[in-house]
Amino acid sequence: MNLYDIIFYLFAAITIVSAFIVVNAKNIVYAAFSLLFTFFGVSGLYVLLGADFIAIVQVMVYIGGILVLLLFGVMLTHKITSVDIKAGSVQTIPAVIIIGIFAALLIGLMYSTHWAVNPAEIPVTTTKSLGKTLVTEYVLIFELLGILLLVAMIGAATIARRDGDK
Amino acid sequence: MYEYLNNIVGNEVITYFVVAALPLFLVVLPFALIAVLAERKVSAHMQDRLGPMRVGYHGILQTVADILKLIQKEDIIIPQADKKLFNLAPFLVFIGSYAVFAALPFSSKFIGTNAEVGIFYILAVSGFVVAGILMGGWASDNKYSLLGAMRSAAQIVSYEIPTAIVVLTLVMITGTLNLGTMSEQQTAYFWNWNILGGAGEGIQQILLIPFMVVAFTILFISTLAEVNRTPFDIPEAESELVAGFHTEYSGMKFAMFFLAEYANMFAVSAIIVSLLFGGYQSPFGYLGNTLGIPALIPFEQLFWFLSKGVFFVFVQMWLRWTLPRLRVDQLMTVCWKYLIPYAVFNLLIVGIITLI
Amino acid sequence: MLTEFGKIFVFILLAGGFVAIALVAASLIRPKRPTKEKLKTYECGEDPVGSPWVRFNIRFYVVALIFIIFDVEVVMLFPWALVYKNFGVYGFIVGAIFLLVLFLGMAYEWRKGDLEWARPKIEPPKMDIKFKPEIAPRPVEEKTVSEVE
Repeated sequence: MNLYDIIFYLFAAITIVSAFIVVNAKNIVYAAFSLLFTFFGVSGLYVLLGADFIAIVQVMVYIGGILVLLLFGVMLTHKITSVDIKAGSVQTIPAVIIIGIFAALLIGLMYSTHWAVNPAEIPVTTTKSLGKTLVTEYVLIFELLGILLLVAMIGAATIARRDGDK
Repeated sequence: MYEYLNNIVGNEVITYFVVAALPLFLVVLPFALIAVLAERKVSAHMQDRLGPMRVGYHGILQTVADILKLIQKEDIIIPQADKKLFNLAPFLVFIGSYAVFAALPFSSKFIGTNAEVGIFYILAVSGFVVAGILMGGWASDNKYSLLGAMRSAAQIVSYEIPTAIVVLTLVMITGTLNLGTMSEQQTAYFWNWNILGGAGEGIQQILLIPFMVVAFTILFISTLAEVNRTPFDIPEAESELVAGFHTEYSGMKFAMFFLAEYANMFAVSAIIVSLLFGGYQSPFGYLGNTLGIPALIPFEQLFWFLSKGVFFVFVQMWLRWTLPRLRVDQLMTVCWKYLIPYAVFNLLIVGIITLI
Repeated sequence: MLTEFGKIFVFILLAGGFVAIALVAASLIRPKRPTKEKLKTYECGEDPVGSPWVRFNIRFYVVALIFIIFDVEVVMLFPWALVYKNFGVYGFIVGAIFLLVLFLGMAYEWRKGDLEWARPKIEPPKMDIKFKPEIAPRPVEEKTVSEVE
């Protein structure tokens, strides 16, 4: 077990533990702030996978954007503490069966896949090669993404606009 | 840098921590010490007052006395406050502020991390500060804190967009995200700085100058707003919100927020310097080259980087006593209706110029 | 050798350690003599009224929503900005179209007034009137008190 492994397990533990708090916290503000650590852990895992650009995007968009949005949403609500955010119907047996099937599928896939093992070294940088593929191979997707964002923006504004305000 | 220190220290792990500690103990703490006093002195002289005069000659030891006082202050946590989050918030805010220093090129020989994503990383880690501010504001269970935190967060995220677009413009010109490389490109003389068109040649360089001035203006205004300085200090407007999100904090935790604030002031100035004003490069060439002592050059670079950074901090203080505070709606108007459209068109024009 | 991101992680650890040491050091020195007055929520000397949970202006939420979209846009443009010069005019146009499409959305919101920060209508605050006045007080709508900002 070298340093790389230790750091991997550290980030994995941060991610899993905080994600567990997100779904189990009674206080929704705790849940929202635990999400911060989940995002941070995931971004650390991306770094370990050599995806430096994605790791930074994770921090910038998720921690800097989505978390703030969620927190604003939480602040807009009235009841904060001791809200039962679990759904009313808890069906244990079907859930266990479905989780079992999915777990079996995942484990089966994990064992049947032939994993390409790379030396545990971080490639220099991914940003430039990402840019190249965006301009050449995936140019249509890149522009479509622009339109998707446009739709999202108009949609967000329309939903958030207060009726009868203007 | 790492190799050199490794030879002295001997242990690799300790070396990393020593390198990470250097900006804190050689830049952030001394800077905060001087800047807090300078802030009070600059304010005082601009208003025709004297400022602190008692501790030491003309009050130069005032900050030291303040720190001694802050250490002894009782730490008050009101019972209604959420204790866990209340204690965690200073960590997040300070980590977010200090993480920026990892990617700042203090000299050609000293940069904490040479990661290719440099400035992009700096933009991203400010998210921790926003989360920390909201956490502190919420945990305080105080109207002023919560309102201040909400305003602060909204302001920081809004003004991140013009900042990012201007940074994008600079990335287009320089073709790199790493601030160290960016500084390296703006070699020795001041006419090679990006504000004067960068190290390009001929007509392109001259055409870029006006747009670089626009870029600088937008960048300066929006970074000013990101560190919540006057005229953008609505989040901690004394007359209505007492102290904003850290109203309930006292003693050392308050000191941490204060330190993070000053670290941020220097960090944004340093970002402006690295992007537009040649980074660590000297404006007139190096003494080390003239005298034939190459070992002198990194120290000269450090000197220039810090002086340029401190100069912009001074401009921030100057503005504080020049401009009145904006209202919330004006603040949002400035960002969304002026800075962002201007920044986008600036980016497009710069893009066309670089193609010539 | 640590990677470049490892060095960043060391910076983060060090910053956290510094705050921890500073707080622990201060806790050893400082006094602890809480009184009832000290432990009261700070509200400029008044007794705090009501909960800090005032309902916030919805604009905060809208600002964050629009911010995320622009954030994603800027993030997508960073890789483009690094390499577009290699592709000449074509490379530039790819990014310019992307940016202008987004700007169309911005223009729409501008036109529709979504970028306006809604200012509350100024109405007199509702008072808790204990005595019976001769003239009945003008009925004031319920929501004015809960709306701050």
